[in-house]
Amino acid sequence: MTVDAVIVGSGPGGATAADVLTAAGWTVTVVEKGRNHLLDPDNLSQPAFDYSNDEIKFHERYFLGPDPLVEPRTFRTEEADGDRVHVGEFNSVPTTVGGGGVHADGKVPRFRPDDFRVLSQFGPQPGAEVADWPLDYDELEPYYAEVERAIGVAGTDGSNPFAAPRSGPFPMPSGAPMFGATRSVVAADKLGYHPYPAPTAVNSVPYDSRPACNNCGFCAFFGCPIHAKGDPIAMLQRTMATGRAELLSETFVSRVHFEGRRATGVDVVGPDGAGRFVGARHVIIAAGAIETPRLLLLSELDHPLIGRYLMTHFQTITAGSMPYRTYGERGRSVTHVHDDMIVGDDASRAAAAEAGLPWLRGGLVEHSGGGLPIMEAKHMPWGEHHAEIMASSPIRRGLWAFIMQGEDLAYPTNRVDLDPQVKDARGFPVARITYKPGKHELVASAHYSPRLMAILDEMGAQWTAGATSPGIGNATLPEAIPESRHNMGTVRMGTDPATSVVDPSGRLHQADNVVIADSSVFVTSAGYGPTLTLAALAARAAHLLL
Amino acid sequence: MPVWLTDEEFAVLTAACDRMVPPSSFSPSASEAGAPDYIDGLLGAFSSDPPRIWAGGPTSGRFGGAPAFASFHPLSALDELAWRMRIEGSLGQPEREFNGPVVGLQQRYREGLAALGDDFIVVEAAERDARLRSQPDFVDLLYGHVCEGMYGAPEYGGNRDLSAWRAIGFDGDVQPRGWTDEEVSNP
Repeated sequence: MTVDAVIVGSGPGGATAADVLTAAGWTVTVVEKGRNHLLDPDNLSQPAFDYSNDEIKFHERYFLGPDPLVEPRTFRTEEADGDRVHVGEFNSVPTTVGGGGVHADGKVPRFRPDDFRVLSQFGPQPGAEVADWPLDYDELEPYYAEVERAIGVAGTDGSNPFAAPRSGPFPMPSGAPMFGATRSVVAADKLGYHPYPAPTAVNSVPYDSRPACNNCGFCAFFGCPIHAKGDPIAMLQRTMATGRAELLSETFVSRVHFEGRRATGVDVVGPDGAGRFVGARHVIIAAGAIETPRLLLLSELDHPLIGRYLMTHFQTITAGSMPYRTYGERGRSVTHVHDDMIVGDDASRAAAAEAGLPWLRGGLVEHSGGGLPIMEAKHMPWGEHHAEIMASSPIRRGLWAFIMQGEDLAYPTNRVDLDPQVKDARGFPVARITYKPGKHELVASAHYSPRLMAILDEMGAQWTAGATSPGIGNATLPEAIPESRHNMGTVRMGTDPATSVVDPSGRLHQADNVVIADSSVFVTSAGYGPTLTLAALAARAAHLLL
Repeated sequence: MPVWLTDEEFAVLTAACDRMVPPSSFSPSASEAGAPDYIDGLLGAFSSDPPRIWAGGPTSGRFGGAPAFASFHPLSALDELAWRMRIEGSLGQPEREFNGPVVGLQQRYREGLAALGDDFIVVEAAERDARLRSQPDFVDLLYGHVCEGMYGAPEYGGNRDLSAWRAIGFDGDVQPRGWTDEEVSNP
């Protein structure tokens, strides 16, 4: 049997493509290498209820995968490190039905028009391959609106003075502000910033047959026990309800087969370890910016840019201990953000000039509460003072934090390739990541970190502390490994086959019927989480196939 | 009765855990909270079916709903391979050694506890701490698990009677009740 499309990956990109294509009458097979804990196995158009408020299960025991013992990645900061310096976890976006959407806390900002034309707007950066996207914001806007409706996004129209123009209102109003955010918003506003309710793919009211969020607080890195998070269960439920889709979970795609310029289908390895061929008229790859280039390389595609320009987000983290409870354990993990540090000002331009950079751009700043108890305990000492320190709870009950998702530039040396030795449990070479931040990221972080601490001081902090991820200076493992789960850019989009791997519609330059539908195609990383943009691109790519 | 450790090993483990979190007026000690049972339960996870790796969802029953945490998730074949590698080690089995040998938690605990000495439970606290500090890798492993056993859900064998959560003012898993908007924004 040959289906209209085989879709590799069931995260926000693959699910969006599946939804659009099945709605148009296509038959699709969605292949996901992780387990299905998202949909009821007896009726895949309905949710499962496997998720829970359980820190051990989600933070300590790889419930959403990948387990680094059987699906490791390898890491080095540069080629001079040798073949690798680390085998195990790197950037564990879930390997599970629903992909990264399951563990995300659902912040889904749009990019702004500038983000699509960084080269023409701001100019080049030494060492980086800054480029414009081959499409602009206006072209993507209808798809942003479409996926916001599809997943259900709550937001407050007009609250962000820097927001990109919208063709319509948010599908839902914003949910309840976290208590700590009510304080940090006042402090940030007083210092001249412009915080606003984060656009969030979490229901504030019942939406699309899923309930409103009940503020349990186990949001970032947890699956939602009640499915108030819409991304991507909404698209997968609709897809399965059409009767035109098959979901193969625990199934690994090991190769795309080609006859000349056309893909004929994919080799898969099922849960029992048996291999078979799935024939398809179109192949849509949405495995994420690490696994997608891995699959292209396993398929022996030879474009020299496959895997190049890996971007994450350079995270600047500042935390302050408040003399009052911040109640960070209640609500949606993050309810407020500000864009000022993406937009920049005279001070940031002066900082760039002083560092010898043409410009710098920070990232979205998330106003965030503290950690959970196991995480807190692991940061505290053992011994006679442990219990007293835990009772005072320095990084949970009284903590407030800002996390800046700093824009990462595209460097050709930051890349994904196949590790020459290390394999997964199925016997296939794993992805090797070579990554270190560039000067731009370090300068931007150093500029903004004290400004974020000043907001914490304004909130009344007794002490503040700052860190970055990856660490800076002589960072050693594990600090050299970025914490950001935002991977982008390894299968770059562009008009010129010499400088890009996919065309402006997301199709491989080298093949007529293979589309990349995830954040691999990003040309720049912006300072915003990639989910809504990758879903909008996936929706657009799917519509262009029809 | 410990699930996997011997009684003698469990006694040493208990004494070691109580140096991580000694008795105090602030909270139960690690052993009072059940941290040694959590660790022994992990080492012996495969003596139950399904193995006690992932508690079920969506609710524990503590804030309403069914007591579903108590029913552990079945593992897939790949999950079982990963967790047997992690707990038992590769044991020379080729299907577990695709990237070389793996030392399991069982061996690390058996060797780490043995290195603390048979007399660990009778020596002075300062001597216990000194012996622990002489094994930094084992202490890192042990302390991480003590934290999980203290402050994780009680279905995994620790945090007995929610005593550790109560001590730090943590409400735990609150589904399906959650928090009202008023409790979130104006607590």
